[in-house]
Amino acid sequence: MAAHTEPSLTAGPGRRTILKTMGVGVAGLAGVPLLAACTGGAGPSGGGTESSGLTFGSGSSDEVPKKAYQAVTDAFTKKTGKTVSTNVVPHNDFQNKINSYLQGSPDDTFTWFAGYRMQFYAGKGLLAPVDDVWEKIGGNFSDALKTASTGPDGKMYFVPNYNYPWGFFYRKSLWAEKGYEVPENFDALKTLAAKMKADGIIPIGFADKDGWPAMGTFDYINMRLNGYQFHVDLCSHKESWDQPKVTEVFTTWSALLPFQDPAALGQTWQDAARALAAKKTGMYLLGSFVTQQFTDPAVLKDIDFFPFPEIATEGRDAVEAPIDGLLLSKKGGENAAARQFMEFIGTPEAQDAYAAVDPSNIATAKGTDTSTFSELNKKCADTIANAKFISQFFDRDALPAMANNVMIPALQTFLKDGKMDVKNLEAQAKTLYAAQ
Amino acid sequence: MSTTARDLVPPESRAPSGAQAKGVKSGKVRRLSKRDKVVLSLMVGIPTLIQLVFVWLPTLMSIALSFMRWNGLALTDIRPAGLGNYQYISQDYPPFWPAMQHNLLWLAFLALVATPLGLLLAVLLDQQIRGSKIYQSIFFAPVMLSLALVGIIWQLFYQRDNGLLNFLLGTSGTPQAVDWFGDSSVNIWAALIAATWRHAGYVMLLYLAGLKGVDPSLKEAAAIDGANAVQTFFRVVFPAMRPINIVIVVITIIESLRAFDVVYVINRGTNGLELISALVIQNLVGEGQVIGVGSALAVVLLVISLVPIVFYLSRTFGKENKA
Repeated sequence: MAAHTEPSLTAGPGRRTILKTMGVGVAGLAGVPLLAACTGGAGPSGGGTESSGLTFGSGSSDEVPKKAYQAVTDAFTKKTGKTVSTNVVPHNDFQNKINSYLQGSPDDTFTWFAGYRMQFYAGKGLLAPVDDVWEKIGGNFSDALKTASTGPDGKMYFVPNYNYPWGFFYRKSLWAEKGYEVPENFDALKTLAAKMKADGIIPIGFADKDGWPAMGTFDYINMRLNGYQFHVDLCSHKESWDQPKVTEVFTTWSALLPFQDPAALGQTWQDAARALAAKKTGMYLLGSFVTQQFTDPAVLKDIDFFPFPEIATEGRDAVEAPIDGLLLSKKGGENAAARQFMEFIGTPEAQDAYAAVDPSNIATAKGTDTSTFSELNKKCADTIANAKFISQFFDRDALPAMANNVMIPALQTFLKDGKMDVKNLEAQAKTLYAAQ
Repeated sequence: MSTTARDLVPPESRAPSGAQAKGVKSGKVRRLSKRDKVVLSLMVGIPTLIQLVFVWLPTLMSIALSFMRWNGLALTDIRPAGLGNYQYISQDYPPFWPAMQHNLLWLAFLALVATPLGLLLAVLLDQQIRGSKIYQSIFFAPVMLSLALVGIIWQLFYQRDNGLLNFLLGTSGTPQAVDWFGDSSVNIWAALIAATWRHAGYVMLLYLAGLKGVDPSLKEAAAIDGANAVQTFFRVVFPAMRPINIVIVVITIIESLRAFDVVYVINRGTNGLELISALVIQNLVGEGQVIGVGSALAVVLLVISLVPIVFYLSRTFGKENKA
């Protein structure tokens, strides 16, 4: 019996994907009249709700962030008397379907990230600028955050909620025992790594089964060598991949390859985090979400972090700290309550409400409550606050197809045999960015 | 016999044959009342419409899109790309050729190892051994398991540090431990074993049905003529199962072309596990969506899949026309 149903269960991806393409096509078709309606200026958002409330689309579907946003919307309703109807979508679906979501009937406000993709949709006119909101909340944010929230036309589109820095995490007790010191520059990092290797420890924890974690190392070496602006321009393909500056990144990186965990391609970041906790690896470059894996409070207390060391002249101006926050859809731009909500999320009050439920991230607004911060959280917050530039991680700063389809296989190959064909990267980038 | 064979064919390839058969029959009916005509046209029309909307239209759109560049937003953003997407996948896209090779390897492995294994299981279980039904269920179970479960089960075997396999090899926890999923020189074999585990059960079930359909008097006759068990099987029983054999050949080819779930569970088809189907998903669904490139890959897969389908259909209908 089951033999009959089986083929359709694993039904040829060919056909299924064709159907999905079809779905995209249909969604595209459906989007056209809606878009036309939007530009026509005839307030498409349902009449009565305009002043009394708003809709909020959330991709924060995990238990804790979901509750945290619930706390924010409750606080907003309490303060203003305006209702927020939240529409939570599993985060992978939310990200994958954002195209059709924005063209169909998006919520007034929705969760998203800063970076290329925010700018891309802003450029396509699918978002509403929020300069008026920024006039009121601008004082709450650093210049780096303001830059990260700006669209390609110089208008403000994004209101940051929280972020988390990337850096090297390590166990204090292990380092104290062996007398290791935090490396200030790249040479010191290499010396330290060699020392660790001699001590029988894998110096740099690494995991790249999922493909994306390696982008963190690429971003940092690139920014330390060539600067933040080059990172942004390379990610948006204003700079070519086929140039010595990019080759230099991989040459520099290859000096670290012998010190990285050789099992990287078979493990996930969770595995690598466990290896760090077990003192099998000396340090591990990842976002501060790595601490979620340290469920033993004793281990968690023993964790410290240092920013990626200096390489060239650029110093440590830039920090990789992906920002999550809210955007206003084109439709939501006409809803005064939605603008009010955007303003609210940019206040310490709202961000405290969020952080009270989800303390694993760092609130972005100045004046938020830091009294409950651990040592590590304080250090993370300081690192971000002192940074001149905040990068968003390769997969948020670049075209997603470039990150997922090109960089993941390329970096995995690089980890394996230390070779990188920058000409091919450029050839792929050309085709993919041209399709946008 | 032939009905068994047709029942075992996946429903999608069965649909057109059914529709055609109906068409042939309706021509022979002498006179149709108005009601008959309405009923008939509904019976032919609805499947045709479904076929048209869910199979032909998407296929044609996909082919059209493979010659376009599109960001998936407004329809006005669609621009012609000529053969650009095909040029891209064949020249600039590094995972493409490894994926083709892996699909071929997959086909060879299923055809030479998994399918014969399934046949062997079927022959063994067709004997009147005790607990045959239990064995059948056990071997068939993998076919019914969901994607997620398959992933977890093989994770238990293949894990580097605490997987069963490395434990048995005595290398668990040592630096010599084989990284079955992460090492790109072995992970394709690990995946093929997992695929065999599913495919053999499927083939077994089909052959069991086939063996039941072989007239016992053939075997008796062979035995009387002095043939031994092996000769009886290969000279008499196996040729008598011809319709099933054709189904198996087609299923094996199609399974190897659409092989997807196992590699997707392991690492989404990267790092030595590239398959065309995984690349199609990567390029068409989700964040890394490049509609033109993904459609071109889908068309490549479609063209390759057409070969065994055409072979199968011409075989079946060729025979029916003669009869």
